[in-house]
Amino acid sequence: MILLWLILIPFFGGLLCWQAERWGQQAPRWIALGTMLLVLAASLVLWIGGDFSPPGVSESPWLLEWRVPWIPRFGIEIHLAMDGLSLILVALAGLLGALAVLCSWNEIVERVGFFHLNLLFIMSGVVGVFLALDLFLFFLFWEAMLVPMYFLIALWGHSGSPGQTRIRAATRFFIYTQASGLLMLVAILALVFVNYSNTGVMTFSYNALLNANVPDGLAFWLMLGFFIAFAVKLPVVPFHGWLPDAHAQAPTAGSVDLAGILLKTAAYGILRFAIPLFPEQSQAFAPVAMTLGLVGIFYGAILACGQQDIKRLIAYTSISHMGFVLIALYAGSELAMQGAIVIMVAHAFSSAGLFILSGQLYERIKTRDMRLMGGLWGRIPTLPGLTLFFVAASLGMPATANFIGEFMVLFGTFDNAPEVVIIASAGLVLAAIYSLLMMQRVHFGGEYSQGRLAGPDAREYAMMLLLIGLTLAVGLYPQPLLDTTASMVQPVVALFTDSAGLAAQAEEVE
Amino acid sequence: MMTVATVLSCLLPLASTLALAFSGERLGPRASTLIGVGSVGLAALATAWALLAYSGASQSVTLWTWVSVGDFQPTIGLTVDRLSLVMMGIITGVGFLIHLFAAWYMAGEAGITRFYAWMNLFVFSMLILVLADNLLLLFLGWEGVGLCSYGLIGYYYQDEANNWAAFKAFIVTRIGDVFLALGMFLIFVEIGSLDIGQVLDQAPRVWAEGSATANIAALLILGGALGKSAQVPLHTWLPDAMAGPTPVSALIHAATMVTAGVYLIARLNGLFLLAPDVLLLVGVIGAVSLLLAGFAALAQTDIKRVLAYSTMSQIGYMFVALGVGAFDAAIFHLTTHAFFKALLFLSAGSVIISCHHEQEMGKLGGLWRQLPVAYAGFLVGGAALVALPLVSAGFFSKDEILWQTMAADRAGLLIAGLLGAVLTGLYTVRLILGIFHGEPGSHHARHPEPGKNLFTHHLPLIVLAVLSTFLGAWLYPGLGELFPAAPGEAADTGHTLLQVLATGAVIAGLALAGWLFLMRRQWLHSVVEKGAGARCWTLLNRAWGFDALFKWGLVRPWQWLVHGLRCDFINRGMNLLALIARVGNAGLVRTQNGRVRTYACVMVLGVTVILISLVLTRGGGT
Repeated sequence: MILLWLILIPFFGGLLCWQAERWGQQAPRWIALGTMLLVLAASLVLWIGGDFSPPGVSESPWLLEWRVPWIPRFGIEIHLAMDGLSLILVALAGLLGALAVLCSWNEIVERVGFFHLNLLFIMSGVVGVFLALDLFLFFLFWEAMLVPMYFLIALWGHSGSPGQTRIRAATRFFIYTQASGLLMLVAILALVFVNYSNTGVMTFSYNALLNANVPDGLAFWLMLGFFIAFAVKLPVVPFHGWLPDAHAQAPTAGSVDLAGILLKTAAYGILRFAIPLFPEQSQAFAPVAMTLGLVGIFYGAILACGQQDIKRLIAYTSISHMGFVLIALYAGSELAMQGAIVIMVAHAFSSAGLFILSGQLYERIKTRDMRLMGGLWGRIPTLPGLTLFFVAASLGMPATANFIGEFMVLFGTFDNAPEVVIIASAGLVLAAIYSLLMMQRVHFGGEYSQGRLAGPDAREYAMMLLLIGLTLAVGLYPQPLLDTTASMVQPVVALFTDSAGLAAQAEEVE
Repeated sequence: MMTVATVLSCLLPLASTLALAFSGERLGPRASTLIGVGSVGLAALATAWALLAYSGASQSVTLWTWVSVGDFQPTIGLTVDRLSLVMMGIITGVGFLIHLFAAWYMAGEAGITRFYAWMNLFVFSMLILVLADNLLLLFLGWEGVGLCSYGLIGYYYQDEANNWAAFKAFIVTRIGDVFLALGMFLIFVEIGSLDIGQVLDQAPRVWAEGSATANIAALLILGGALGKSAQVPLHTWLPDAMAGPTPVSALIHAATMVTAGVYLIARLNGLFLLAPDVLLLVGVIGAVSLLLAGFAALAQTDIKRVLAYSTMSQIGYMFVALGVGAFDAAIFHLTTHAFFKALLFLSAGSVIISCHHEQEMGKLGGLWRQLPVAYAGFLVGGAALVALPLVSAGFFSKDEILWQTMAADRAGLLIAGLLGAVLTGLYTVRLILGIFHGEPGSHHARHPEPGKNLFTHHLPLIVLAVLSTFLGAWLYPGLGELFPAAPGEAADTGHTLLQVLATGAVIAGLALAGWLFLMRRQWLHSVVEKGAGARCWTLLNRAWGFDALFKWGLVRPWQWLVHGLRCDFINRGMNLLALIARVGNAGLVRTQNGRVRTYACVMVLGVTVILISLVLTRGGGT
């Protein structure tokens, strides 16, 4: 039941926020904050109490499971389950959700209630995605995340360059994800029907479909359907077109949610569905996926260097970082896959930090154009130093979580694909270039305009200190995180490498 | 006891960094200085305690396991042995003296808190670098010192040039770091461990001597060392790094960080012995660097840039020593170099502040009477730099390097070393004459304000001056038993001959310098003024044009690439889909023109097509 509540709490919280606006501007904010913290607290309690050692043969791999029939005629259930990975991601979503509420405390003054309803509905959808095991239900939540995000960008967003309205960015975001979601729906339905014709049982259940016997050729296309849906969201070049606009033009809270959580649903999807459902095809597809990852690392980095809008710069760096995740997911080693999870967490912290900081900067100087900045180090106390920390994290400085993630990925991939690692390592230099360029343009150099600006207040400072603390904690002692996800990752890696072994055997037989 | 002292000497600078960084702007300059200098002083005491408690055996302490996934189990663990103790002594001892001097040098500057926060974070990172018992933790220190170097080179952030110098330093060394990282990946995959002890233990079993993989691993690590230690071709950042405050140049860009590459190769000596070709390459790169930098130092006008090139040149000597397998000699020279180069930089700092931030040689001059302490510092430090026989620290260590080179039968490296000694004499004399003799070149040089503070100005200079004499060379404990036998231990003849040769080179350099810069001053001026002489001067002044090479070979193409891709053409490509949809929409909209005639016509056409296709398929069926 608690799993259901994790989804319902933000849902009802959202409705409450909407209505609470009539009690004043502050009410929705406090309610939303409380709701997010409740989700966070619930997942932390589960984490502390949970046992994440690898399950025995007969034991369930799930920490918690809850299922009731929903549409029995089609074998659709409300089937929620949680393991280490989903727990981590739900906790992350709760944390970033709370930060999203906090960072828009002064930024959002219009339709406050409806704004927080959307924030909480996103949360509800995201938690649903992380918990749903029934493929139909998963698709439902996957689509449900989009709508509130659309409103967030369309109603509270910023205009970009002339002609780039926020509505346009929102629509673009919606169409990209919607279209790719349809591909996934087709793939899900095809998978279900193939399973139906094989076994005579109509079911959308994950566990049942894991053993579906799909003919090889078709399976490849179905895998591709899932992959493209997730690739759009990750995003993988060339499907990244929605991301810079959406990021740059969303309100700060929207960017934090997008970079911190929504991108992670894609990596989660690959890890939970695309690879386990189609291990052999994924194995065959791995070189392509890794190449796409490499392209993403370089393309994102090069474009990041060319941006003038600070939020667009950060948005493109996300593409670069997610390239490492994509490589890791298809590297077929536990070390790399665990590294991917660490990058997901680390990137959530560092990109949230940078987005919140650029939001705070915007509140002070009313621009996101880096040509109109410069020399801010002398004008704002503390804020530039905080920025430097997250910039260092983003370029993978050791002792930050980002370093651990990236290096685990590179160490883990080197054995199987040294050439990929050699090329990807050059990305470390590029990361340094784009990160420091941002520092250079925004905070160093001569002062673009005069006058001293206010430093961070207690709320802003506390958010930053929290993120810094977490980044360092994961960077110096990631083991609790790794232990939690190990029992989820190991079977996936085994599936992946087994299928590689099978393929090799098959070739030998031939 | 020793491990406690070691951990303590790491934690003290870290704690002070945190205190300074999170103080906001509440701490005044006085309190910041006290915390900044005091903590490093205490760290030096802790190091002294560790030295006293040292029993002769190396000790390890594992604080916790950093990551544990399968075989991948790097720890946060420190190992203290003689090598790391020597390095610790330099970092905290020389570091403390430089911190003390900085209290004088930085007085009155804005952002003192930030300065000491970075400096102490640097000391911490550098200590981690030399104490780490595994490569990943070493890499933490390695990157940490790079970041601190970035922060301190760009300390005067209002001037854009300083920031670009910091940027350049970080990016160029980062290129080296990527090679080091790749080396770690290779070592981990092949040997299955990152623990330095285990790597050195296992490597000979996994790799045959001279095998391709061993060579590649050694090459990759060498790449990292080249970046940090500013050796050809990754050296271009070091002269520009002089944009930072002078104590920073003394600590980071002379005494400690730039010698990290030497430390790394000495620490992983077993690996390099498995790759003799790469080890020779280390020596060759060192020889090339020492000559190249020696020549470049001759044609600099900024006193700090002269010192920067001389640093690069001296590190070249250390690389030569490493290249012939004389690891002990390399660390010996590292130690004495830390003393005398810190002394030279601090003396330069004293001159610079006394003359109101003037550091162009042309605008200084004739200062020896007004700035006696700095002059003495330059004389003693310069004597050590040119390796003045018997009285200077530099003589003993450089002599050791040359002797090992000779014993190893590397005539080319030996000749480079001797030629380098002549060059060193030339540029050192030119530097000292340019600052302290001749006519003052500016108002500031005519009316300098000498440093007067006994404790923060005189004391560090005096202590470093004492260490730069033969007394400093005596202090070096010798690490012979840590390393495989150096070539000189087998040979026993010829050492005297070499000492004569080396002394001859030094005297030749000094004599030539005296003749050129005292007797033939006018002639020299006229030579470099025009024609081939001027071109030669420009070439040396720009240090053989490596900067231009990088600019046109890497930076510009990169900028073109960024500029060319700025529009995100892949995204444009995806927009084609939208365009197709729009065109299709426009086309279909045309068909709805509201005329019944058109609709009827289209309908009839459609029915006909359907009927024909039906007939055809039927016909095909029967």
